[in-house]
Amino acid sequence: MTSTDLKPKLAVWKFASCDGCQLSLLDCEDELLAVVGEVEIAYFLEASRATMDGPYDISLVEGSVTTPDDIERIKRIREESKTLVTIGACATAGGIQALRDFKEIDDFLSVVYAHPDYIDTLQRSTPIAHHVYVDFELRGCPINKHQLVELLNAFLNGRKPNVPTYSVCVECKRRGTPCVMVAHGTPCLGPVTQAGCGAICPAYNRGCYGCFGPKETPNAEALGRWWWSLGVSADDWVRALRTYNTGAQAFREESERYAKDRVS
Amino acid sequence: MPKTGSRDGTRTIDVGALARVEGEGAIYVTVKDGRVDDAKLRIYEPPRFFEAFLQGRRFSEAPDITARICGICPVAYQMSAIHAMEDVCGVTVDGQLRELRRLLYCGEWIESHVLHVAMLHAPDFLGYPDAIRMAQDHPDIVQTALRMKKIGNRIVTLLGGREIHPINARVGGFYKTPTRQELDTMIDDLKWGRDAAADLVRWTSRLDFPDFAPDYEFVALRHPDEYPMNEGRVVSNKGIDVGLEDFEETFIEEHVEHSTSLQAHIKDRGAYHTGPLARYSLNFDRLSPIAQEAAQDAGLERECRNPFQSIVVRSVETLYAYDEALRIIGQYEPPDRPFLDVPPRTGTGHGCTEAPRGVLYHRYTIDDEGIIQAANIVPPTAQNQRMMEEDLRAFVDDRLHLDHDELQWQCEQAVRNYDPCISCSCHFLKLHVDEV
Repeated sequence: MTSTDLKPKLAVWKFASCDGCQLSLLDCEDELLAVVGEVEIAYFLEASRATMDGPYDISLVEGSVTTPDDIERIKRIREESKTLVTIGACATAGGIQALRDFKEIDDFLSVVYAHPDYIDTLQRSTPIAHHVYVDFELRGCPINKHQLVELLNAFLNGRKPNVPTYSVCVECKRRGTPCVMVAHGTPCLGPVTQAGCGAICPAYNRGCYGCFGPKETPNAEALGRWWWSLGVSADDWVRALRTYNTGAQAFREESERYAKDRVS
Repeated sequence: MPKTGSRDGTRTIDVGALARVEGEGAIYVTVKDGRVDDAKLRIYEPPRFFEAFLQGRRFSEAPDITARICGICPVAYQMSAIHAMEDVCGVTVDGQLRELRRLLYCGEWIESHVLHVAMLHAPDFLGYPDAIRMAQDHPDIVQTALRMKKIGNRIVTLLGGREIHPINARVGGFYKTPTRQELDTMIDDLKWGRDAAADLVRWTSRLDFPDFAPDYEFVALRHPDEYPMNEGRVVSNKGIDVGLEDFEETFIEEHVEHSTSLQAHIKDRGAYHTGPLARYSLNFDRLSPIAQEAAQDAGLERECRNPFQSIVVRSVETLYAYDEALRIIGQYEPPDRPFLDVPPRTGTGHGCTEAPRGVLYHRYTIDDEGIIQAANIVPPTAQNQRMMEEDLRAFVDDRLHLDHDELQWQCEQAVRNYDPCISCSCHFLKLHVDEV
């Protein structure tokens, strides 16, 4: 037995997505060679043509379930994986492609494709946890690469990842960014959005647009009233809630209070 | 690994994944009488319907939404969307704001090109399955590349807030512009990167390249005085020279059964090639002197038709991007306002920019409230798909005597030459050879 046989096997899987969250691993320029020193990259197609059969110690899953084949594939991956972690808004909430949930899929197909009959797709784009048990969900569109390294570190050492579930507001305070809503009247989703990005948008003079999905116990209804007092229309409030985490319950339900098109 | 099997005169090879591309696809090659009869790049990537759900969104949302098409080249999507919206609204963004957009694009070219050159493409030439294994024998190359890539990402992070799906670009300019001091902090790294890129050009030029140079029709942007990034006319080496409003008249997208990506071709003609080779070959005279010199010292002609040498051309473009970033930072004066007001008006507009992988075209129709009525997006990989198939056909034909594993690897390389971003439309690549 060589030393590599003892390393935990890491696999990275892709479903409907933009590849950005798995790219975050390759974007860990300072940590990449250290991370791969601790794990065996057993399956990571974006990075390597060498693949190993399961079982895998950690599977990172990017992307949402959008085809009949996806459902079978995620079940097989779950069976082969000791720990399964979803990475990013597509895998944890269905992604931007979950906007299809509010429309008839046939209408969408014909807008994009001349021959919709060639396309095999599901009516809804659903998160991985709708289909299999997920051990941990890492939020973000895209994920924060430092949270990814923390997550791998935690699982390699048998502890819980230190990933806060409080709001972006906490990160603005910590960063010393004046509140864009209070100081400038800029509509911001920060009060209902989970931290993780580092409160980037307010630091760049724009409101948070919700990449990390709803925080723990959000009060979206109250935030909506605040947005209207800033002159935002109901249509624009619905649009703001329906982006990369449109499938997340708190955002979807709040948007459905005002919109005609609901997911049944 | 499955072996090549022959039964009843039909040979079928069905093997594992082609990796190191973004997204998922498969290669099918049909062999008849010892010759390649057909070659198809099958794209499985599940459709995500961006053009459909853009309808009803605000015009100002298009840059952030379309960035989510691709995590590798989000800046390209943001830029094409922004230019298209400004075209609809009749606003021209110039001066320092335009320079900052170009600087942001330099950052993306660097991170995307270095990722492909060192992490995805070079392992093919040196016989490794990936850059991680390659790093065990060539640690300097991989470590240097990681540092080069990090500098590209630092530009994107400084100007865009984060490297993937940056948040700072908007229709009309930026939410916030950097100070001189902030940009000046990049200078030392950029100078180091420019030297490292010159080394990378030399290093890649010494790799072994197969003798393969098809008579491509190259398509790229052409600008009166710049190496093309954000603006220009669409030109080819075989006579095309059109404005963006004529893009869809010139290049036709069609839906073929084996692909969830639409395939493009030149009207009444056929496949074309977009990306670094095309940009370089059509715009060599627009490269900065240091980039031209590095290319010539590396033995490149003013036109390069060998797709395997795209690894050298990407390195040249990386060198250019470092050089151009230094030029922009050197002349930078913060603009008075971070953005121009862009009031919406009814109409249709076009945007076309040079993504790392080639020409990325957007068209939008909006109403006077700024609500998107129609959208069309033509990503580079959809345009190159047919050319990749033609390359495969020609390249594999001379290599059918190779054993299965070697043949598979060669086919993969013929596709990886294009740095295909299948996510922009397309899953992993499998090679299927049917012999009939």
